[in-house]
Amino acid sequence: MKPVILWSDALLFLMLAVILLLVWLLRDQESLRAPWRRVMRGRMGAASAVILAVYVGIGLLDSLHYVERLPDAEPGQAAQYSGEVRSALDALLTPLREQVEKTYSAPFATHLYVKEAVTGPDGVDIRDYPRLRHGGAHLVDPVAGFWPDVTWRGLLGLLGGGVAWGLLWLTLGRSPGSASPGRSAMWTTLLAMFCVTGLLVALAPHYHVFGTDKVGQDVLYLSLKSIRTGLMIGTLTTLIMLPFALTLGIAAGYFGGFIDDVIQYLYTTLNSIPGVLLIAAAVLVVQVQIETHPQWFETAAARGDARLLALCAILGLTGWTGLARLLRGEALKLRELEFVQAARAFGVRHARILARHLLPNVMHLVLIALVIDFSGLVLAEAVLSYVGVGVDPGMNSFGNMINGARLELAREPVVWWQLAAAFVFMFALVLSANLFADSVREALDPKAKK
Amino acid sequence: MKGLVVDNLRVEFPGGERSLVPVDGVSFAIGANECVALLGESGCGKSMTALALMRLLPEGARVAAGHARLDGQDLLDLSEQAMRAVRGGRLAMIFQEPMTSLNPVMTVAEQIGEALAMHRRLTGAAARRAAAELLKAVDLPPERLDAYPFQLSGGQRQRVLIAMMLAGEPEVLIADEPTTALDVTVQAQILGLLDQLRRQRGMGLLLITHDLDVARDMADRVAVMYAGEIVESAPRDRLYASPRHPYTRKLFAVLPRLDRRGERLDSLPGRVPPADAVFPGCRFAERCPNVFARCRTEAPAAREVAPGHWLRCHLEPEEGRPAAANPGSGDVVASVLTPAPTPPSVESPVLEVRDLAVHFPIRKGLLRRVAGRIKAVDGVSLSIRSGETLALVGESGCGKTTLARAVLRLIEPTAGESWLDGEALGPLRGEALRRKRAKMQIVFQDPFSSLNPRLRVGEIVEEGMAALLPELDARTRRDRARSLIDQVGLPLDALDRYPHEFSGGQRQRIAIARALAVEPRLLILDEPTSALDVSVQAQILNLLADLQVRHGLAYLFITHNLSVVGYLASQVAVMRAGRIVETGETRTLLTNPREDYTRTLLESAPGRNRTRAGTGVAG
Repeated sequence: MKPVILWSDALLFLMLAVILLLVWLLRDQESLRAPWRRVMRGRMGAASAVILAVYVGIGLLDSLHYVERLPDAEPGQAAQYSGEVRSALDALLTPLREQVEKTYSAPFATHLYVKEAVTGPDGVDIRDYPRLRHGGAHLVDPVAGFWPDVTWRGLLGLLGGGVAWGLLWLTLGRSPGSASPGRSAMWTTLLAMFCVTGLLVALAPHYHVFGTDKVGQDVLYLSLKSIRTGLMIGTLTTLIMLPFALTLGIAAGYFGGFIDDVIQYLYTTLNSIPGVLLIAAAVLVVQVQIETHPQWFETAAARGDARLLALCAILGLTGWTGLARLLRGEALKLRELEFVQAARAFGVRHARILARHLLPNVMHLVLIALVIDFSGLVLAEAVLSYVGVGVDPGMNSFGNMINGARLELAREPVVWWQLAAAFVFMFALVLSANLFADSVREALDPKAKK
Repeated sequence: MKGLVVDNLRVEFPGGERSLVPVDGVSFAIGANECVALLGESGCGKSMTALALMRLLPEGARVAAGHARLDGQDLLDLSEQAMRAVRGGRLAMIFQEPMTSLNPVMTVAEQIGEALAMHRRLTGAAARRAAAELLKAVDLPPERLDAYPFQLSGGQRQRVLIAMMLAGEPEVLIADEPTTALDVTVQAQILGLLDQLRRQRGMGLLLITHDLDVARDMADRVAVMYAGEIVESAPRDRLYASPRHPYTRKLFAVLPRLDRRGERLDSLPGRVPPADAVFPGCRFAERCPNVFARCRTEAPAAREVAPGHWLRCHLEPEEGRPAAANPGSGDVVASVLTPAPTPPSVESPVLEVRDLAVHFPIRKGLLRRVAGRIKAVDGVSLSIRSGETLALVGESGCGKTTLARAVLRLIEPTAGESWLDGEALGPLRGEALRRKRAKMQIVFQDPFSSLNPRLRVGEIVEEGMAALLPELDARTRRDRARSLIDQVGLPLDALDRYPHEFSGGQRQRIAIARALAVEPRLLILDEPTSALDVSVQAQILNLLADLQVRHGLAYLFITHNLSVVGYLASQVAVMRAGRIVETGETRTLLTNPREDYTRTLLESAPGRNRTRAGTGVAG
């Protein structure tokens, strides 16, 4: 086994390291800690933070990549590695990854979704729904044994989750002075998460909880793997976009005149090109580059990763205009306010005025816009994948899942579970991100009531 | 009785533990052809009373008790549909802000027509004729019918608004600070118009104002509100001649005037209590100079001390007398005189400005060619000596603020030259100019937008020092910030709090501390008290006078308020359309103006006819 660090992993861990370093360096700054404590004290903030943390945890697990060492063909030969890059999450989810059916099956199904010619016990070929290879395969009588088995395993899973939560609570949760609505909300959310995890741990190895897709892959597994793609697109793109939007938007509004003209010209031009077409053209160029230089990439995963990064960069470079325009308008207003005039009368330098007087006063806008953009980007990825210019088709993403489910909606009876799974996971992610940002904005606002 | 009778009106915002009660037990009556003024500082419940009468209370508020009878019919019992016919019909209201109370996409005729269609069922040509007549009543030419609001000046808009409200032929007109946003000359016209309309039509007029002089010019009866209650109500002449309530007396005593020059203004400590305050006794007890034990435990009831003169105070008239006979000397502070203004010194002026001009180009067309120039400041010369105050007086748009910013080089002047302490400012560029900024500072009008809401007060005060006095280390800066905060009369823990935790007056103190932090020689005060209540204005003016003596500052005091000028300034410059029309020593200029424009300004100021109307304010 050999660890592999993809470019996006490197960026992700770099980002994480920077955040941790900042937290460590600023840990004693009471004025910075207070608002975050306020976030965690609120019900909404604490609950959404827990859910976001679970998502981020899954995404991080999925970013620890490695390749398996192949069994040596001949002794003494240099070690050979598999071309398939796996992640820590894959390792954890091995049963889900390996239990592949033939094609579609409904959630908790024991039989395939389509009829096939099967040889009956009496040796006669009939067309019927065959038993699944893995889902419910341990049941002797799939009809009578199903409910007792599911109930039993489900209860066991819930119990396991509850006990694990209880142990955690006994070790950590009883610290003194911890009574706040946020604390109780956090523990309640954790309890819910533990119960859900317990249920999945108990049931997923034996049933396909969210069914299987066209090639028989477990939809739960696909959804969990898609989380990383969604988070990457959301965070990397906003990170790329943010410097452009902040500097150009605020500078345009504050300086006005020639600088404003140039920046406005730039974003009006960018905006006048149909967004999807611009992105499609750029993605296609990158795609051609990638395909004509296969020697750049050792594995398929590396190639998909390069394409993901390219997509983030392109979305970021084209997506800053909206926020920049918003910030320009706000900066235009702020620059006339008297505290900015007072700072200028003090001879405070422009850069410092921008950083101290304008930036903090537009942060609430930035935060709201970022979260809306984050949600929008997770959704945009789906649209772009549909057009065929999104992430690599081999990469797991909500977009690819929805795209795959799209045609099956016309089937009768309908194949709904792929869409439903993608929806549930995206909904929880986007909603908790929105609620969390809302609490943060409220806590950072000095005018808000404490 | 004919007219509007308000009886024991109580408005509350029901809340979980504590209800807010902005209006509590307010009673008054307005007869036909009578003008009642509701006088009080901001936050005392004046506007809420008016909104309750119109049944336009904001979300969450409700009338908890009381009656408001218009010709015997209780407005508070009417259905919403019936009330709609009353609103703008028998009872109409004009608002403070003429800029926002007209719909910008409707012409004058359409806006008046709406009211006519609703209340007089007039449409088409008849409505247009009626609208033209209404415009005539408010002294606007009928051509204005097809004008849009943006084509009208502030005063004209207020006239249109009045015309709209007259469309329903109201019996009682409520005017909520109708002239606060207007210049003095326009204010005089609008007030004159309201007075004339009231007499012509026999309307009742409820005038809501914070301006003692406006109330004196307009009202037959004056009711003084404090913390949701009417504390004193009397016929105008009686109230101004012998105010009984300590609050009313204080309000008169804190007014800056020419004849109070060199005196310390009497000040009213503290501020109007918040609406959720609980009062075991008299609401004014905390700030009252004559408070005694009974005031803190028992709320005084309104009682009639003389015919038509109601008072909510435990003080007996005799007890109140001595202070009334000699107001201003009630407390020790008032008798302390600041040293007389420095006699004209021979030293060279701190600021000398010669022929300063600021022209803004008007660009037109695709190529943005300069098609003309707006001469915002057009050749202004002035000079201020150390320890001296020059007041720059003028109406809005005359270029006062542009001049201030050009002196500070926040705007580049087009022509002219200025010297600070004998050093020419014009040639200074970059770093040299930045250094020089420490010597000239500014305090702005709006205490709410002049402090960055995201910075702590300490950071705000230290900002200038950090930028201009880099030789100071963090500890010295902190020490100096503490001493400044102390000098402007704020507690030391203010440094660690955010601006929104302070009231307007306190914020203005912070802004003054910030400006003083870099030890300027010249302080430009751009309407520093016009956003503040009169009692707070007195505190700030006292502070400014003290600081001037202590630091030998030169003040350029920009204002439109002539009574403040008379009190504070040693020299006055009257500005109009970018030019200074008259300049001179304050007393001479205010009592004996040479220019017509100065005379117009002086005559428009409310309270001018105080010698005619009454016996003059006690003191």
